[in-house]
Amino acid sequence: MSSETLDEVRRIAADVFGRDENLLGADSSPEQVETWDSVQHLTLVLALEARYGVEFSPEEMERMKTLGDIAGLVGSKIR
Amino acid sequence: MEIAGLRQEIGELLETGQAARAAGRLAVLWHREAGPALASYVVSAFEKVRDKLDLRVYRCVILRSFTVEPLVPILKASAFVAGIDLTIEVGQFNSYAQELLDERSALYAASPDAVILAVQTRDIAPELGRGAAAELTEGVTQEFAGWVQAFRARTHANLIIHSLEAPATPSEGIYNSQLEESEAETIHRVNRNLRQLASQYRGVYILDYDGLVARHGREHWCDERKWLTVRLPIAAANLAAMAHEWMRYLAPLAGKVAKAVAVDLDGTLWGGVIGEDGMSGIQLGPEYPGAAYQALQRALLDLTRRGILLAVCSKNNPEDAMEALAGHPGMLLRPEHFSAVRINWNGKSENLREIAAELNIGLDSIAFLDDNPAERQQVRDEAPEAMVLELPEDPMEYARAVRDYPAFERLALADEDRQRTKYYAAERERAALEQSVGTGEDFYRSLRQEAEVSPVDRFTLARVAQLTQKTNQFNLTTKRYTEQQIDDLAKRPGWRVLALRLRDRYADNGVVGVAITHDEGGVCQIDTFLLSCRAIGRTVETALLAYLAEAARERGARRLRGCFLPTKKNAPAKDFYRAHGFTRVPPASGEDTGAELWEAELSGPRAVRELRCPEWVRLVAPVAENA
Repeated sequence: MSSETLDEVRRIAADVFGRDENLLGADSSPEQVETWDSVQHLTLVLALEARYGVEFSPEEMERMKTLGDIAGLVGSKIR
Repeated sequence: MEIAGLRQEIGELLETGQAARAAGRLAVLWHREAGPALASYVVSAFEKVRDKLDLRVYRCVILRSFTVEPLVPILKASAFVAGIDLTIEVGQFNSYAQELLDERSALYAASPDAVILAVQTRDIAPELGRGAAAELTEGVTQEFAGWVQAFRARTHANLIIHSLEAPATPSEGIYNSQLEESEAETIHRVNRNLRQLASQYRGVYILDYDGLVARHGREHWCDERKWLTVRLPIAAANLAAMAHEWMRYLAPLAGKVAKAVAVDLDGTLWGGVIGEDGMSGIQLGPEYPGAAYQALQRALLDLTRRGILLAVCSKNNPEDAMEALAGHPGMLLRPEHFSAVRINWNGKSENLREIAAELNIGLDSIAFLDDNPAERQQVRDEAPEAMVLELPEDPMEYARAVRDYPAFERLALADEDRQRTKYYAAERERAALEQSVGTGEDFYRSLRQEAEVSPVDRFTLARVAQLTQKTNQFNLTTKRYTEQQIDDLAKRPGWRVLALRLRDRYADNGVVGVAITHDEGGVCQIDTFLLSCRAIGRTVETALLAYLAEAARERGARRLRGCFLPTKKNAPAKDFYRAHGFTRVPPASGEDTGAELWEAELSGPRAVRELRCPEWVRLVAPVAENA
């Protein structure tokens, strides 16, 4: 995973969750981010799909436990 | 400018409280990257400054059979960018039928301005095309009819119904094409019935969802994985398109409409620079690259048939530009299509203000079309009320941008709309006459005006409602009514809804004025009194008021009572009652609502004398007034 991808995922997540980008990192998870509920999770996935022109499978959506996981999945699709 | 730079600039503008400039840049940003990634950011930015912006407040409820939650921030952002502060509530999954039928439902408690019924074939009628076609068609149609009837009985809100979509892969396979009563045909029949159903009601509209899906490609529209897992039938890439389609209905319903579009010339109406390239050098004609500009001109020509006026706003030598406008063989638009022309070296914002004044419309009713981002920025900064189209970089996409722009949409077209460009041409002739005979009585007399006042009927209903919604300047109370509400008012005992039609030596101007009155204990109250801007300054308002006084007197009323509710825009109507001999009276309840109350005695020694129809306006009596 490139740090560039993680930075962009952090920025998009910050917009979706309404949080300061600097407070989000690779280990941020729904447990820590109050506004990260199932609807916002779906919105984040859709935002990334629209941004990168990719699609995530249901299994991949299940595997997204942290922003780091998400950035890794995005990285594997756009490589 | 790059996205990152734009966002930084927006952040600084928000911090320093420059709301209008921030809003302008947010609009640019949104047009670049409308979608789920940016939606929440745009919404929260607007929420910080919404109090400082002149936004139209509008409430909408989405009833649905599928997941719409990710669409909500996108629709909200699109609305903010269009100048609408949209409140969105979403109904429970698949509870649309109960919500519509039960008068105590959350839907009606929310008292929305508009309701979107977002349902799709596979939820609402999966059996369509899998049985007896005629019975299924009838059954589904009846279901919709019941919902719409209940809805209309319970609320004046507008209703936007998604048409049913045909499947990407029909259940009969290729045999679908051999069948007379195939699945696709059955669905089309239901959609035809829905259109017919909507036409029987006021304020009920069909959103062509099947057409929308087809435009984007059936295979491409839906992401099957999202459908099968989270019941979202729209792929991430198409969410913004769905929200945009809703905006094409919500913008005109909320009154965000452009009455005129001011267009740049070089690089917009034609390729190249007329002052440098000359008549033979500019790109304009049936072949590429000139074809792109002709396509835009055709789109603009189509707007004139919706009643939208065209104006030129260009930095050029007037002689060069007019030569091309009048004589270039590739031009589809000609000088007579433009109701106002500003070709000079002044700032575009200044020219737009002049055009608005000349056309007698508000600056916020003008859309601005220019290929140059710097000019668009100048207008966004210096004339933030105006609507600015964010044109794509490729001229081949210009026509599409114009055809998709929500403020150009009309939900109904009155005859007056189709004729508007001609009315303004007649107005220019009138102005020339005014120049030659001077102002005052000679001018009025030479116009040979004929005013016909008659109760609203099914032919004038749409126009009367439209006037209440669009008239800002000569409007005493600025009460907005839907067609449905006008229809109801006209049927109420003691109420009268009157349409004023105006003819003169130049044109039949159609319906240009509305008065709504109700009688109460010997007093005739004026609920609404308005005049279209193109009829201001011709004394027909006096004719209409005199008619109200005379009719009220004949019904035995002793007094005529009117109210002036000041707004930002209705200063032209401020002195109307005073000038006609009315006396200001204190508000009955003692509370100060900002409204001025005015009264005129109709009989006895204190009866006002000013309430007479001017001798140069011939008042044509209505056939028969329904009591």
